[in-house]
Amino acid sequence: MTSIYGPVTDWATDFDHVDPEYNPNAHQIWDDLRENGCPVASSERYGGLWAPLTHEYVREVAYDTENFTSRGVIVSTARPIAEAPIGPAPPITSDPPFHQIARKLLLPPFAPKQIDPWEPEIRTLCRGLLDDMGDITPGESIIDAAVQYAQNIPVNVIARMLGFPTTDDEIFRGFVHDIVENVNVDPEEREAAIGPLDAYLDIQIEEHRANPRDDLTTYLMNVEIDGNKLSHEHVRGSIVLLLIAGIDTTWSAIGSSLWHLATHPDDLERLVKEPELMTFAIEEFLRAYAPVTMARLVAKDNDFHGCPMKENQWVLLPFPAANRDPEFFDDASEVHLDRAENRHAAFGLGIHRCLGSNLARLELRVAVEEFIGRFPAFALDGPVTWSNGQIRGPRKLPVRITALA
Amino acid sequence: MTAYSQGMRVQLDTEKCQGHNRCYALAPELFDVDDYGTAVLLVEGDIPAELEDKARLAVANCPEYAITIEGESP
Repeated sequence: MTSIYGPVTDWATDFDHVDPEYNPNAHQIWDDLRENGCPVASSERYGGLWAPLTHEYVREVAYDTENFTSRGVIVSTARPIAEAPIGPAPPITSDPPFHQIARKLLLPPFAPKQIDPWEPEIRTLCRGLLDDMGDITPGESIIDAAVQYAQNIPVNVIARMLGFPTTDDEIFRGFVHDIVENVNVDPEEREAAIGPLDAYLDIQIEEHRANPRDDLTTYLMNVEIDGNKLSHEHVRGSIVLLLIAGIDTTWSAIGSSLWHLATHPDDLERLVKEPELMTFAIEEFLRAYAPVTMARLVAKDNDFHGCPMKENQWVLLPFPAANRDPEFFDDASEVHLDRAENRHAAFGLGIHRCLGSNLARLELRVAVEEFIGRFPAFALDGPVTWSNGQIRGPRKLPVRITALA
Repeated sequence: MTAYSQGMRVQLDTEKCQGHNRCYALAPELFDVDDYGTAVLLVEGDIPAELEDKARLAVANCPEYAITIEGESP
């Protein structure tokens, strides 16, 4: 479980987003690189890694499905065994033309009108987590907004949607760590990481075969492409996607938004007083603290603005960096709760736009509304721990509650 | 406004739309979404003057530049 790489020596030429220094300092690292004329950082690590850092370049890679394949979307020392165009976790790991076929199956259950009805259940969940914090004494009580709140919300919702036991939430967070964070290890260890998750899902799929019900797992087992049911690998791969992508991403977005409010009392006070700002504030949190950096593999050798990219090297898609590019956004490094023009890329750009974006937005909005509705004043009080790797968010977020509603 | 001026017209490029759903959230009077989450333009021809601000908001929040106001660059 130890990294095979040492600390980063130079962010321009020895870039490593999994270095523990990266996520806590990401905003400064991007600004420094861009200001010093390095719009694409690089590294020999992981068998070759490129990291475009401007909105223009990130967008260009996201739209280019010829030179870049989605077969691998999490940078690691290994390479996925599953071949393009399907990849190990369709549709996120799929390329055209198969991508659209696989995506079309999953778009309807995540369309706004299917997701909106989840709001009351999510609200009840959030209120229950706040209740579980016990008696709060304003000015004295310190709670962990990541551990006691944010990390529990998306995992519960996606487990319910998939028809999995919500009591397995700790197991799911373990899978997320193994798949998303434990990437800089010996390649054999990396390749073995998927084993326990696949084994868990095989059991869940068997259980659904015996007891089919109204959930996404049963849906995926029954849905057809051209009259044929999906292969077991496709069903399981899509569940891997929904489970992994649906947990630490939104957990990070909720945590980062609360971190902002815990460190910017004026914004917190304003949001409490002007709830009509919420729609714009949520988008601004998503812009300024986008949690998800995606990745691609170079499909064929190409020259990307002077960078000699070789087949099978990794290319990061740091949407969070694109969202703070001063060439694209006015006042990019400042949070404006009422930012009216906001073409942020927190959910990606192009054909792989986050399938769960409607659910993520709903969870984020309800989670923030309920938290500040219960605790209209709170402040950071203790060290924050940030995640490692492609998903950026606080994993420990101690806040002192200073007022109750 | 002169006798020759027209009202505002909105265009939606459904090929560019990837279902970010910002327009439907910000201007539901002008945009709906289909079963796949793709935007659907609700108004043909000139849009009511009181919805012009909302139309501009939808344009300014589409990450894919799928929405334009006729005669204006996105």
